[in-house]
Amino acid sequence: MMKFKEVNHSIPKVDGRGLLKGASAYTDDLAVDSALIIKLLRSPYAFAKIKTIDTKKALKIEGIECILTYKDVPRIPITRAGQGYPEPSPKDKFILDNYVRYVGDEVAIVAGTTEKVVDDAIKLIEVDYEVLEPVLDFEKAEGNKSVIHPEKEIYSMFPLGLDAKNNIACSYMDTMIVGDVEKTLSECDYVVSERYYTHAQQQTAMEPHTSTAYIDVQERLNIITSTQNPYHTRRIIGEALGKPLRDIRVIKPRIGGGFGAKQQVHNDLFTAIVTLKTGKPSKCFYTRKEVNESTFTRHQMRIDIQLGADKDGNLHAFDMHILSNTGAYGEHSLTTFMVAGSKLLPMYNKAEALRFEGKVVYTNKCSAGAYRGYGAIQANFAVESAMCELAAKLKMDPVELRLKNCIGEGESSPVFSVMGEGGEGIAQVMESCKLDYCIERGRKLIKWNKKYPSKQITPNKIRSVGTAIAMQGSGIPLLDMGAAVLKLNDDGFFNLLVGATDLGTGSDTVLSQIAAEAIGVPVDRIVITSSDTDTTPYDVGAYASSTTFVSGNAARKAGLNMRAKLIEEAARALHVVHKDDVIFEDCTFKIKDSNESITLKELSEGLYYKFGADMKQLIASGSNTSPKSPPPFMAGFVEIELDIETGKIDILDYVAVVDCGTTINPNLAKIQVEGGILQGIGMAMYEDVIYSKDGKMLTNNFMKYKIPTRKDVKKITVEFAESYDPAGPYGAKSVGEIGIDTPLAAIANAIYNAVGVRIRSVPLTPEKILNAIKNK
Amino acid sequence: MKLKLNINNKFYNTNIDGDESLLDILRKIGFKSVKKGCDTGTCGVCSVLIDGKPTLSCQFLAARAKDVKITTVEGLGKQADEIVDLIVSEGADQCGYCGPSLVLTTYAMKKELKNPTVEKINHYLTGNLCRCSGYEGQLRGIKKYMGVK
Ligand code: FES
Ligand code: FES
Repeated sequence: MMKFKEVNHSIPKVDGRGLLKGASAYTDDLAVDSALIIKLLRSPYAFAKIKTIDTKKALKIEGIECILTYKDVPRIPITRAGQGYPEPSPKDKFILDNYVRYVGDEVAIVAGTTEKVVDDAIKLIEVDYEVLEPVLDFEKAEGNKSVIHPEKEIYSMFPLGLDAKNNIACSYMDTMIVGDVEKTLSECDYVVSERYYTHAQQQTAMEPHTSTAYIDVQERLNIITSTQNPYHTRRIIGEALGKPLRDIRVIKPRIGGGFGAKQQVHNDLFTAIVTLKTGKPSKCFYTRKEVNESTFTRHQMRIDIQLGADKDGNLHAFDMHILSNTGAYGEHSLTTFMVAGSKLLPMYNKAEALRFEGKVVYTNKCSAGAYRGYGAIQANFAVESAMCELAAKLKMDPVELRLKNCIGEGESSPVFSVMGEGGEGIAQVMESCKLDYCIERGRKLIKWNKKYPSKQITPNKIRSVGTAIAMQGSGIPLLDMGAAVLKLNDDGFFNLLVGATDLGTGSDTVLSQIAAEAIGVPVDRIVITSSDTDTTPYDVGAYASSTTFVSGNAARKAGLNMRAKLIEEAARALHVVHKDDVIFEDCTFKIKDSNESITLKELSEGLYYKFGADMKQLIASGSNTSPKSPPPFMAGFVEIELDIETGKIDILDYVAVVDCGTTINPNLAKIQVEGGILQGIGMAMYEDVIYSKDGKMLTNNFMKYKIPTRKDVKKITVEFAESYDPAGPYGAKSVGEIGIDTPLAAIANAIYNAVGVRIRSVPLTPEKILNAIKNK
Repeated sequence: MKLKLNINNKFYNTNIDGDESLLDILRKIGFKSVKKGCDTGTCGVCSVLIDGKPTLSCQFLAARAKDVKITTVEGLGKQADEIVDLIVSEGADQCGYCGPSLVLTTYAMKKELKNPTVEKINHYLTGNLCRCSGYEGQLRGIKKYMGVK
């Protein structure tokens, strides 16, 4: 194994102490006291047209500074999804519109001096709605007589299959086909053909979405916001307001979690427009109810799978057809859907006949958006359940079936080049893939051979094991770009400026370690700043498991460039002719075969104070984009205890063995995986977004929307495979999402192994389990 | 109404409305370590100590706070360091939003829990939600602080 000085070490997070001791660091902490408070009047109806809206009475309340309705804002169709450009999401959203498309959709923006006056004003706005028939069942959306987006202006920047009059946000058909699926299936000895459902899930970052805006001395709009992607946010706000980007600055302070929730613009649109209209600072801090009802959830999906294998368990056909629910607006609709295919089909690359297709429909529910796992977790539930169903038909150990069919090092899949995220992909060969090791090691750790399939513990209780495997990516090849700048300071330390956005992931720490490794200095010589569209370089932002790989390589390149410059200047200072004779170690430049030396600190002082005509600022930069997106892999194994009287399951142990290449910071990588697993367990077992019959979200707080607490965790065991990807910074791949994917199928499979019932829709609630046992 | 608050052993004079929560007032005075995550008493990030007991400040009327001693993480000073260091050395602080309240509650727990066990710790801290960490890393650090193997 390679030895590194700075990376592959578990140093504490650079901001850890400060945050735990309560530093003012998050958006709301930074808003000025005088900021106008913004709240929204929201729709009580799932689908309605605003006939009239009257704000006169509300405006009379003392302290109210501005009330905006659809009549007062630019009518420019945008998408709130912060992703590549041209955007692969339909432009189907206005800041405000005369249609409201879900309960909680924005009707009016109200700004005033205190929360109280704003609340009072909201009550006085008179709205006359024409209530329309909502589309709440996504399986009935296509071709429904209620058309959710009748407006003429909406469009897509490239062909997505947008067909608004049929409630289709996008579709992807007849493209991802390899071989002859029908024929191959008909020749298979065993075929599994089943339908699976996954539900919406809330990201529930602990910090609610927050934004604050003000005008600076250059009369530019400044927005501090809890965003995962400041550059996309700036672009989208510029577009929505018809403003040149030169006049907008977006600052990302500390972010209290995102998981995809903050990969869309949210209340930034409202603070921006209020501050522009009033000239005053403003802020908008969502309530938990608003976070749940009126931001974004995970896409609900219906997944039809066909798997065909010969009698020896060799997979020959793999077919997936998906219907996805994007809710009221189409943020990330095509891309989440495509990830469902592109992160699953290649994992079983031995199958020769492949097909992937489907549609994404609008409904009158909260918009779906980005959420860790992003399509892959939905498909993982279906595919990894189906694999176990296939194993049962074959009477084969499901672990063996996976080992036989999963992708290996040096291998590829035609899927990589056919489908990427939103369009064609790029061919990939797995230069690092320890999936087989992960499976073998996980099997050992959970003691599979002893415990599979199950064991009766008491008359009521059965213990069993289940498994699922997963792959993700490391950014989007040749679409994601990140950059880093390093600046040498007197006293011999460096500023590292990155556009990458640490939202709790630890990327500020990881990128500092990478830059330090590349320069050849201890990490405490690095001071990182992220991210600010005025002062830090471009970066797509934190999504698609990109930061360690994409931005990490940028930090590495910037570091190597800085090192070269330092050596050049040291050579000059030491009067050395050949740069190669300069050795840089322990923050000191020495000359080969000589006692002469100069410290980094002395060199920096010279460059800024003493070297006369040779004085200069040392700055180095690096940017990175890559045709490669090396997938991290994981094998998940779960042991459960199922109570057949109550249907209740306890997770006794969750074992994860992960191949994410070199772990830049093993502790932080481990926490990423542990956190991902627990979110996956939450989705598998109880987290569910539930609506009333008329489309009102019932699970709009933590009482009704239960997320895992400390008591729900018995044991999570995480190990990393020894792995090195040559394309990654010091061998690293990304690790942000991979943890979340496997629990759904692994737990469903464990339930099957315990009691022989197959549950094909999550969450796997005690009621469903009991019912299934009853109907067995 | 006028109110005098004892926060971290210092007195602060402030003006409040009768229905304002202690959370909002603390943030207004400048104690930004106290976070808002739900405002309905269900997440724990607004926890402060009232006379040494962990209390959800979003559910505590500021008006009721006039004769009590309020402690926020700022008030723990050096006493927070041990807990903080144990958590960060596990890499268990992610976004940090749940952090200050967790540190405070852990500090109070150590004073309160006789013969701590993992179960008792998890029970004491159940109300402190964290969406990032999966709890395991935090527990590794907190166990050390509590002297639990
Ligand atoms: S803010 Fe969530 S419990 Fe107080
Ligand atoms: S670290 Fe983010 S909520 Fe706990």
